[in-house]
Amino acid sequence: MEIFGVPTQALFGQLLIGLINGSFYALLSLGLAVIFGLLNIINFTHGAQYMMGAFAAYLLLNKLGIGYWWALLIAPILVGLTGAIIERTMLSRLYKLDHLYGLLLTFGLALIIEGLFRNEYGSSGQPYPIPPALSGGRNLGFMFLPNYRAWVIVASLVVCLATWFVIERTKLGAYLRAATENPQLVQAFGINVPRMITTTYAFGVGLAAFAGVMAAPIYSVSPQMGANLIIVVFAVVVIGGMGSIMGAVVTGFALGLIEGLTKVFYPEASNTVIFVIMAIVLLIKPAGLFGTQK
Amino acid sequence: MKRTLTATLVGAALAASALSGTANAQAISDGVVKIGVMSDMSGLYADLAGQGSTLAARMAVEDSGITSRGIKVEIVSADHQNKPDVGSSIARQWMDTDKVDAIADVPTSSVALAVNQLTREKGKVFLNSGAATSDLTGKACSPTTVHWTYDTWMLANGTGSAVVKSGGDSWFFLTADYAFGHALERDTEAVVQKSGGKVVGKVRHPLNTQDFSSFLLQAQSSKAKIIGLANAGGDTVNSIKQAAEFGIVSGGQNLAGLLVFLTDIHGIGLQTAQGLLVTETFYWDLNDGTRAFSKRFAAANNNRYPTMVQAGVYGAVLHYLKAVEAIKSDDGLKVVEQMKATPTDDPAFGKGSIRADGRKIHPAYLFEVKKPGESKAPYDYYKLRETIPAEQAFRPLADGGCSLVK
Repeated sequence: MEIFGVPTQALFGQLLIGLINGSFYALLSLGLAVIFGLLNIINFTHGAQYMMGAFAAYLLLNKLGIGYWWALLIAPILVGLTGAIIERTMLSRLYKLDHLYGLLLTFGLALIIEGLFRNEYGSSGQPYPIPPALSGGRNLGFMFLPNYRAWVIVASLVVCLATWFVIERTKLGAYLRAATENPQLVQAFGINVPRMITTTYAFGVGLAAFAGVMAAPIYSVSPQMGANLIIVVFAVVVIGGMGSIMGAVVTGFALGLIEGLTKVFYPEASNTVIFVIMAIVLLIKPAGLFGTQK
Repeated sequence: MKRTLTATLVGAALAASALSGTANAQAISDGVVKIGVMSDMSGLYADLAGQGSTLAARMAVEDSGITSRGIKVEIVSADHQNKPDVGSSIARQWMDTDKVDAIADVPTSSVALAVNQLTREKGKVFLNSGAATSDLTGKACSPTTVHWTYDTWMLANGTGSAVVKSGGDSWFFLTADYAFGHALERDTEAVVQKSGGKVVGKVRHPLNTQDFSSFLLQAQSSKAKIIGLANAGGDTVNSIKQAAEFGIVSGGQNLAGLLVFLTDIHGIGLQTAQGLLVTETFYWDLNDGTRAFSKRFAAANNNRYPTMVQAGVYGAVLHYLKAVEAIKSDDGLKVVEQMKATPTDDPAFGKGSIRADGRKIHPAYLFEVKKPGESKAPYDYYKLRETIPAEQAFRPLADGGCSLVK
């Protein structure tokens, strides 16, 4: 059986691949959406922080002999801590100013961080092995699915849904959202708002680092790995609606699928299709698919 | 991402020349030979060319000893970010206002073709090492261009025909979607068909792609025996790594990396790269000359060994300076004429020559990547399978369609 000249089996394979790439988009755009939704900062350092997560995993393995599973936990904490420092020392001074200042600061930081890593490790990338428990794969009949990629989908779905649940359905999440709306009032109730904001930024950054560790075994660990991805992820966030958590997750997966299909039907357009969609969405719904006009 | 142009000025042994006077330098325009190294300083080709190419050019100036004989040489460098428009504007600025006499390296074929056009118009020398497209000495050939290190025809002729000979007679191409990928695919396809093989399919991916799984899946379902990678740098690294993950090699298909550099093997790791066939014109462990050059280079380059592109910048700049000194002029047309008229000789490539179409001629080597157990030190990655003699390694002069060949 064929659809537009492409065998259905191949099509299923491509859809699955799209879902896997969508997992990365979802994880990264989720972090961005959390940071933008609660801090009103457009975090352009996100790609560099994703790269730092991958490098943290690489360094943990090669300098300290700490493997993939611990790296999944430790790398986000370490990178999250650097995020907390950035928030405390720099970002916290910008909340009252225009968005543009946060954007410029984080963009500059991204360039500096990437430059430092490139200076130290070069640009061709470092090897990172797939953990033994997840190596190999299985034949699904329509495609060969590496075990690691299956794990990527599962892990990112769990993390995305857990984050959504915490922010939208728990008391902690309610405080966070309230603090965004009216920090003075929330502070008056005895809640330490600045600390909560620092934690939130560190958490968003930690999510990027988590995605970085997930990416390390399949993409090369190189200083510009984040720069390549961040622009696409921003498009995902814009399409989903800035600051909408569920929007970021759903759009991430959906755009992964669309991009996957483009790679089959017209591969030359695969790196532009997302921006075309972004332009169309902005024309029809300027606040994004899931966003609300403020 | 947008990066600011990093144009760094490097004065080369000016003190020495100041002592010995400038009597010889009268025919040198504005008293100084200025060489601009233009490369990818920050992207996917930065490790195989980049700052290492600037270092190689500086080593060539040093080894030529030209500054101690009264000719001033200055090296400048810039990042073209793999964008033809950026490369063109740097080249224009260099030639129009900065008085640059020769542009060296320029990886990324699309940028190289743009620079080639400009240097021809302005009569300046283009010493290409990093770009692969065989069009530089074919239909786009120029009287002021020398294409030093390698080209797509040579790669196809080396790796392509070796693979077909060992039984890989059906091919699927994974091609980087720009001038270089297209040229490499075209030249390899010709070799495959000539040797009795066939091409069953191809897919073109954007330059600098992270995820190849979709393209690899298409290659897998094509059932071709060989998946030809007509890409380079980070793209090749990612496609080889991910092909291993998707069980392509264990499923009976084989990869042919048509352009793989030493630094790429370093990034992939021998575990995954072992057994790959690669064609190069330079490897650090070929002979005493290459070893001595590479040790010096690595000592100044964070212990990273030179690729053939970086060695090519060294060889080309060295030969260029010899020609400048011989005719005591840095006039583009005259210098390249002199470069073509005299045989080349340098520690990295040995003896060779430059043809009328600008093609530098030297042997090419077909290497096999070692197994992890066979490698004794970092960068000890290749074993020699076959040496392709200089006269067979490159496209015959008459076949290129270059207008300079009468």
